[in-house]
Amino acid sequence: MIIASNSLTNPAIGTIFWAVIIFSLFFLILTKFAWKPILSMLKQRDDMIKGSLKAAENARKEMKQLQSDNEMILKKAREEREDILKEARDIRDKLIAEARGRATHEAAKIVDDAKAGIEREKAKALSEIHDHIATLSVEIASKLLVEKLNRTGEQEKLIRKYIDDINLNKN
Amino acid sequence: MKTHLAAFVFFSLLLLLLPGIISGQHNSHRQESEAHGKAEMEFNASEFILDHISDSHEWHIMTLGEGEHAKHISLYLPVILYSRETGLHFFSSRKLTHGHEYKGFRLMEEGDLKGTIVTVKANGEVDEENIPLDFSMTKTVIGMLAAAIIGLWIFLALSRSYKKNGISHPKGIQSLLEPIICFIRDDIVIPNIGYKKHGKFMPYLLSVFFFILINNLMGLIPFPPPFGANVTGNIAVTMTLAVFTFIIIQINGNKSYWRHIFATPGVPFWLLPIMIPVEIIGMIAKPFALTVRLFANITAGHIIVMSLLALIFIFNSLAVAPVSILFVIFMDCLELLVAFLQAYVFTLLSTLFISLAIVEEHH
Repeated sequence: MIIASNSLTNPAIGTIFWAVIIFSLFFLILTKFAWKPILSMLKQRDDMIKGSLKAAENARKEMKQLQSDNEMILKKAREEREDILKEARDIRDKLIAEARGRATHEAAKIVDDAKAGIEREKAKALSEIHDHIATLSVEIASKLLVEKLNRTGEQEKLIRKYIDDINLNKN
Repeated sequence: MKTHLAAFVFFSLLLLLLPGIISGQHNSHRQESEAHGKAEMEFNASEFILDHISDSHEWHIMTLGEGEHAKHISLYLPVILYSRETGLHFFSSRKLTHGHEYKGFRLMEEGDLKGTIVTVKANGEVDEENIPLDFSMTKTVIGMLAAAIIGLWIFLALSRSYKKNGISHPKGIQSLLEPIICFIRDDIVIPNIGYKKHGKFMPYLLSVFFFILINNLMGLIPFPPPFGANVTGNIAVTMTLAVFTFIIIQINGNKSYWRHIFATPGVPFWLLPIMIPVEIIGMIAKPFALTVRLFANITAGHIIVMSLLALIFIFNSLAVAPVSILFVIFMDCLELLVAFLQAYVFTLLSTLFISLAIVEEHH
């Protein structure tokens, strides 16, 4: 009974009227001057945070990429150095081998030449000695002969025989 | 410095808007007190409570003295009446105190028409056929107006601080209100309405949330005016807010929403004459639920607090006061929660109802 007769549960027209005006103004003014700028600012901030996070992530990825790139370049350089060193070693070895080969060859040739020279000189010397000996023998013989021939005719015979012998030897 | 200035402007505005406010004292009507004698001395708890809960043309602050020496200190609010015969009237409610007649109007103090302003015939009888339309700025209206002004002040200041701060981290008042705004956006609106359309409804939902919240909180502060009015516990106010939601739903309702009302899919043709009224009842039940939920929750809170205070006068003993006050403090803590909760619930349900009306049909 109290409730039914009270203004409590009967919406009063005047209150509705004022509520409509006050709330409409509250809503319209705040929409224009508060909610829109505030919400757009919040959105901008959200976007910026999102963008910054994304940029950081990208930078991180790029950094990683760069690092791996660097590593690859380093690896490549190391490999190249290895190759160059190997090549150099090969060339050196080859050069040494070549030089050694040529030297051996040269030495052998020199030795051969020397041997041949020696042989030749030896032959020459031998023939000279031969001649010399013949001459000396003749001289000796002549001297001996000169002395002996003076004594007997027998000697003359002997000499003749020797000379014949020599001639025979020689031939 | 700036806040002091704003507070000053706010209170001067309030005073300017209320030309009818005059604080005054007067003696209680002698004849009346004599007629009722001892009976009036007895404390009537329901009257005590309902006087606080219901709307009033004056804002009663306190009563000094007892019985015939009682002095009432009140703010007298402006009365605006429209009568079909005599047109528009504008005067202070002071003119109508204690059954005084003014310009042929009288404020009823008893009976079924208690609290309404009626026209009085030449012979002194109440003309029940011809009750004027009452557009007075009552206690509820003043409380609501003050809440709106405080809300405007807070959020325009917030907007200004956003303009000043740009998109850097929140400072000052921003740190207090931004989490609430973000909560409404991220946990109420976007999950229900979706990111694509949420921008369209955010301003209304934020407005309604903070309007209810500020009014709820101001209603919890007992003193001085403009605090302590039972604004969100006034059915006219909650109905107005619910009707706003209702209108927004009808404006934004898509084809599928209307089809579900007037040609519910999967329902045989001959059942439609039954289905359409049912759907229309469902349509109206939503704002009705919003109206009654907010009204009943806030009014119930005020009634409990007033009942606990009434205990002191029922037992007529000061010894009850500490117990009462302890319970009132407990209830106020609970009401603080309810103030936020009901603002949240109203916003959440409004969002849900809107989302149901704009949801894309997918079968």
